[in-house]
Amino acid sequence: MNYADPVEAARDAGKRTHHFHGGLKLKHNKHISCLVPVKRPPLPEFLVVPLLQHAGDVAEPFVKAGDHVLKGQQIGLCEPCAAIHAPTSGTVEAIENRLMTHSSGMTGPCVVIRPDGKDQWVELKPITDVLNTSSDSLINQLQECGIAGLGGAVFPTHTKTLDGRERQIHTLILNGSECEPYISCDEMLMREQPEKIVLGARILRRALGAEQVVIAIEDQMGAVQEALTYAAECAECTSILVVKVTKIYPEGGERQLIKVLTGLEVPAGGRPSDLGLVCQNVATAAAVADAVLEGKPLIERYITVTGNGILHPRNFLALIGTPFSHLVEACGGYTEDVARLVVGGPMMGYPVSSDSTPVVKASNCILALTQKDITTPQAEMPCIRCGECSRACPASLLPQQLHLQIRNSMWDEAQEYGLLACIECGCCDFVCPSHIPLVQWFRYGKGQLRQRAIETQATDIARERFEAREARLLRKKQERAEKMARRKQMLKDKVAHKTTANKPDGKEADA
Amino acid sequence: MRNFEIGGAPHMSQQITVARVMLQVLLALVPGILAYTWFFGPGILIQILLATGFALLFESLMLRFRGQPLKPFINDYSAVLTAVLFALCIPPLAPWWISCIAMLFAIVFAKHLYGGLGQNVFNPAMVGYIVVLISFPQAMTAWLPPLALAEYGMGLFDSLVVIFTGHLPASLSWDTITQATPLDTLKTGVESGRMVSEIRQSPLFGEFGGKGWEWIANWFALGGLYLLYKRVISWQVPLAVIGSVVLLSLPFWMADPDGNPFPMQHVFSGALVLAAFFIATDPVSGCVSNRGRLIFGAGVGIITLVIRRWGGYPDGVAFAVLLMNMAAPLIDRYTRPRMYGE
Repeated sequence: MNYADPVEAARDAGKRTHHFHGGLKLKHNKHISCLVPVKRPPLPEFLVVPLLQHAGDVAEPFVKAGDHVLKGQQIGLCEPCAAIHAPTSGTVEAIENRLMTHSSGMTGPCVVIRPDGKDQWVELKPITDVLNTSSDSLINQLQECGIAGLGGAVFPTHTKTLDGRERQIHTLILNGSECEPYISCDEMLMREQPEKIVLGARILRRALGAEQVVIAIEDQMGAVQEALTYAAECAECTSILVVKVTKIYPEGGERQLIKVLTGLEVPAGGRPSDLGLVCQNVATAAAVADAVLEGKPLIERYITVTGNGILHPRNFLALIGTPFSHLVEACGGYTEDVARLVVGGPMMGYPVSSDSTPVVKASNCILALTQKDITTPQAEMPCIRCGECSRACPASLLPQQLHLQIRNSMWDEAQEYGLLACIECGCCDFVCPSHIPLVQWFRYGKGQLRQRAIETQATDIARERFEAREARLLRKKQERAEKMARRKQMLKDKVAHKTTANKPDGKEADA
Repeated sequence: MRNFEIGGAPHMSQQITVARVMLQVLLALVPGILAYTWFFGPGILIQILLATGFALLFESLMLRFRGQPLKPFINDYSAVLTAVLFALCIPPLAPWWISCIAMLFAIVFAKHLYGGLGQNVFNPAMVGYIVVLISFPQAMTAWLPPLALAEYGMGLFDSLVVIFTGHLPASLSWDTITQATPLDTLKTGVESGRMVSEIRQSPLFGEFGGKGWEWIANWFALGGLYLLYKRVISWQVPLAVIGSVVLLSLPFWMADPDGNPFPMQHVFSGALVLAAFFIATDPVSGCVSNRGRLIFGAGVGIITLVIRRWGGYPDGVAFAVLLMNMAAPLIDRYTRPRMYGE
């Protein structure tokens, strides 16, 4: 892509909307969970707070079994990740390995807290005078409060903000286009707390040193645009633009949204900051407002519990660590034909093997699907190269070719055809008339490519080491040879010397 | 607490199947087949049934030999589609064994020996057609004149007898009922130095192409538009095939209208429309990218014209498709679409 200056062009973000290649118009099914206001579920018997919730390493726990903790107390931290806090006051029952919110069914270290029912807060340290607070203190506050991207990637917000500030981004994009079907937690948040999102946006803009904020929402979200615009007007904030984008899955994907808002593409292998942009989820902005203005750490989040397998779907403001089963119970339980439990949406969500797993910062939706929902109309058939997949691919790839290349272990070709640019959105898989599990093939293929890269690196290092050793041995050999030669020379000299010393004048012997 | 089975994302899918894609194509062929029957009698229906029967027979045999499950592959209608497309290319009174031999090559050699559904390099229907066209030229050129000329009153029963025994009703002989196709007449006519306008005086010709043929082509085009509307096929291939034929024949016609037919006559003659919408659009043996499909279609159009004008056969669509099938992987290699952010 050649633009005179893409960073300058990106300043027009949101002034007019553009299209991205591919994508799908999906039946959104969001209304089923939007009919009742969001509420907090009753306190569960136990809260299970995983120590690994962000991109990065497992947090080091500060507490031990038997300790009493207060709501909002920091219980774990791992530099440079975000901190982890106690979601309510109570006693630490244990720190042990529990089932994680992960499809592999792996376990990980969790702090198990038995709530005392008092919900007693730790002393909070809000920043009251934001305008006179430095960007550094704001960013530090975000780390202290454990703020991370709530859109699903849970990248620590302070790291992203620091990076954005360093790279002098000009526009903060708040992503409110919740494009996956069924999920409605961001929409409910924008409906119920637009002013908090606007506050968070202003704080983030200040911390980033950005000039403007663009909030992207979907065109089917009704009065959300008015609510946000009104909130921005009330705050007398003119640098916030609320933009409606046409609902096409997966426009909520960072790269697709940037294309829609700016008409520009993030360079392959690059990041949005290459265009002077940074994207945050709207829920993250609300969490930022809570963290800075009230000092409240990230201990609860909006979460949708929905699907045909749930009796009364709805949205909750749930504490981190609440077991899924507890939320499902608060929705009236499962229907009889429930068959699969998914965290996230039906397109990219991952299945879990048990509903005992807890809500984490990343969980935006618990989706219970019935057998009817997940049954494909036929078993897998061979690819007939119909091209539906490439028509649907938002990364403009050729999934049918990639599939063949992966099946035949043609790794160089797969890399050349952009396997690593696949965002695993599932569009190709969804439209495939042969019902080939393309996304699973691509995940496998990407794993193989990464493995290959590691191996190539390892062999490179080994080769370098080998060559260095060879060179060293050669050098030593040469040195030894030189030494020998020198010594020989010396001996020769000595002999010659002796013969001359035996001569009567003996002048040189003195020298 | 409750446990669940896990499975990969996405957790939902479209209700479309391979069988439905094939059925939609078959459905789109119906108007053209009806028009064909109207102009050339019920022989075509018998040919379709014959070819379908042989195709399914060879398909099941090959699936059995290859240890593949029968049901999903027999029910995918791909063999039926091959058979129907083939039957639409042969003379309606061709002997029954023509279908048998063609389907043997189409299904066994062109399809299953390459790995079955989705793996064939060449369009199976065209392979079958070319094999019998080259091997049995006499049987494959015994075309009937269309409706207005055919006053022999050959019904379904007569057609059956002809196809299975080769015996015509007593009052008729092959010499009287078969005629050269419009394209054939045109080719031999031009080669013997007659003017196109003069040749077109023959009752074999209609407004654009051959009498009857042009209407069949219209109905096939209608079916093709349905497939475009349903997005079963992409617009690139038909546009490129027809567009390249029109664009390339235009200068020849303008330079010498007596020695060259006008562009629309090329389009509405022979199997061009059928090929543009139904044969060259076969995704398995075609190109994958949009640019690739344009090149592929243009190649089919150009080669067809070249064969019609300078080659030994009156129509060259089948050869053009097979030649472009060979080129498809190479075209694909050079027409990979630009990826996001590239």
